Order: sequence, then C-alpha cells, then structure tokens
Amino acid sequence: MLNKYAVIALLAVVTLFSSLVLATPVDTYVFKDKVTEIRFNALNKELRCPKCQNQNLADSNSPIAADLRREVYEMLQQGKADIEIVNFMVSRYGEFVLYRPRVSSLTYLLWFGPAGLLVVGVIVVVIVLRRKPVKNAQKPLSDDQKDKLDQILKYK
Amino acid sequence: MGQLIRFIPLILFIALGVILFRGLSLNPTELPSAMIGKKFPEFSLTSVLSASQKMTTADFKPGIKLVNVWGTWCPSCRYEHDYLNKLSKTSRFTIYGLNYDDEREHAAKWLNELGNPYEFSAFDEEGKLSVNLGVYAAPETFVVDHSNIIRKRYAGPLNPQIWQNEFEPLIVQIEAEFLASSKYKGSN
Repeated sequence: MLNKYAVIALLAVVTLFSSLVLATPVDTYVFKDKVTEIRFNALNKELRCPKCQNQNLADSNSPIAADLRREVYEMLQQGKADIEIVNFMVSRYGEFVLYRPRVSSLTYLLWFGPAGLLVVGVIVVVIVLRRKPVKNAQKPLSDDQKDKLDQILKYK
Repeated sequence: MGQLIRFIPLILFIALGVILFRGLSLNPTELPSAMIGKKFPEFSLTSVLSASQKMTTADFKPGIKLVNVWGTWCPSCRYEHDYLNKLSKTSRFTIYGLNYDDEREHAAKWLNELGNPYEFSAFDEEGKLSVNLGVYAAPETFVVDHSNIIRKRYAGPLNPQIWQNEFEPLIVQIEAEFLASSKYKGSN
C-alpha cells in the first residue's frame, strides 16, 4: 500500500517538473524594467520565425530566430515602440512574419469570413423555420383514404 | 429553381475542395521578398578575408551586382559554389558575398580552398545586414541594379538551369534599361 502511494507521489513530482523542462531557447538578455521584458516576450510570441514557419521567435532555436530576437531586444533598448518594431519586421520579411495578420483588403476574407458564414447560416435557418407548413397536410382525405382509415381503426 | 438550390452545397464543397487541393501543391517556403524595389540597405561590415577592412555600399562597383548570402554551415552553398566561380568570370555583373552567421576562419578557409567568386565578402556575424535584407536562410541571391535597387531575391542554390530561367532574362532587362537611360542622358 505504501509502495502505491510512493509511486503516485513520484509520478506527481515527475509530471510537475517535466512541465518546467520546456525546449525553448535560452537568451541571457537583461532588461531595464519588467515592462520591457514583458513586451519582449509578447513580441517574440507574435512574430513568426521566417525559416521554421510554424514556430514563433520565442520557440525557435534557428540562427535567424536568434538574430531576430536580438534585433527586437536592441530596438526595445533603444526605446522603440512595439508598432515600430513590428513595422521593421514587416518591411523586411513581409506580412508573413505576423502571426496575427493585419486587417487589410487582402485579409478581409480571413477576418470577417467566419462571421459572414455565421450570418449566412442564421439567415438560412430563419428562412427554413419561417417557411409555411406544406400545403399537403391541410388537404382533406379523399373518400378512398377515409375508407382505408376506417378499416384500420375498426381492426384495432 | 428549387432544384438548383439543392446543389448549392455540393457546388460550394467542390469549389472549396479545388482551392484546398491547390494549396497542397504550393510550396510554403517560397516567400515573396518584401525588399524588391527597395534600395539595398546601408551596411558597414568587415571583409571575411580581412578583419580590419570595413566594407560599405560605397565599395560596390558600378553596374549590376549579385549579392549571394552564404555560410560554411550551409550544404547548398557548397553545392552552388562551383557554379558561382564560373559565373564570376563574366564582366556583365559583379558578385558580392554576404557571409551569414559564420566563423571568420572557416569562411576564409572555404574561400581559399574552393575559390573566391566574390569581389568581397562582407562578414555578417550578427546577421545585421542579413536581417535588413530579410534573409531567412542561405543560400539566397539578390540582384541589385545600377542604382542599387534590389530587383530580385532568389532563395536556394543556383545552377545553370535556374540561372537561364530566373536570372538571365532579368539581367538582360536591366542591361537594356541601363542602356536606354544612358542614351537618354547622352542625348540631353
């Protein structure tokens, strides 16, 4: 019994620590204040690594990502605004570096497409629901049908 | 009309299928460069072969320039190097190297052993110029015209076929443009 608890405790400890071992690159940047550090981390999450396309700058170990992180750091140290840093990256690497594409005529479909589809869906549902019941249901039974119905009811 | 409405979902489905199927055959690493039509960024970097020599855009010779991004860590750069050596024999353009994220000794050894197709190679240890150029991998080759405007970025190793298809027409075009503009200036 004791063994069972020991195993569970061990597993709990292992699980706890495994979540701390993340394979993220380690840079030793020193920031002038906490806000800058938060901005640095936020920018690195928003910017895509151009080489390893499904990772952001914060995730990637590639040399280009390290260079771009350093570039972000230096611009932050120079007191540049977030938007200036983002513009710097976009002017060199294109819109592609943004994980959250900007709203522009090119991305309207991307941004508003889902909402548009939802509206279309709601309209279709409303039309279907408001459609008048089928006329057939109101037709009186023909004589033949009445006879058949009587027969069925009689036997029941 | 009622019959037609029944087919709308099928039509939409087929249209979406065609679009997504086309997406499967696209190459996501083929990114358009944001630098086309822009001026070649200013830089001040040392030469690979001499740590004391500062190179800047002022050191570019007049004429058409090919700027090739390379590194000794890059196998495809090794593959294209012989072809670059051949290309460098022409007088139609000058080839410049941009050595990216490398070690100076390795880079210098590479040039001494394999031949040096470059007028000079800028040593971009921190990737300053490379980031300004929007480089994301090596090899990449930029075509820069007479007025230092970037006209093309090609990502991947060069070979004769790619040269014929991708570069030769552009070089011919730039040469013609330059000829036309110099004639115009001459007649004034």
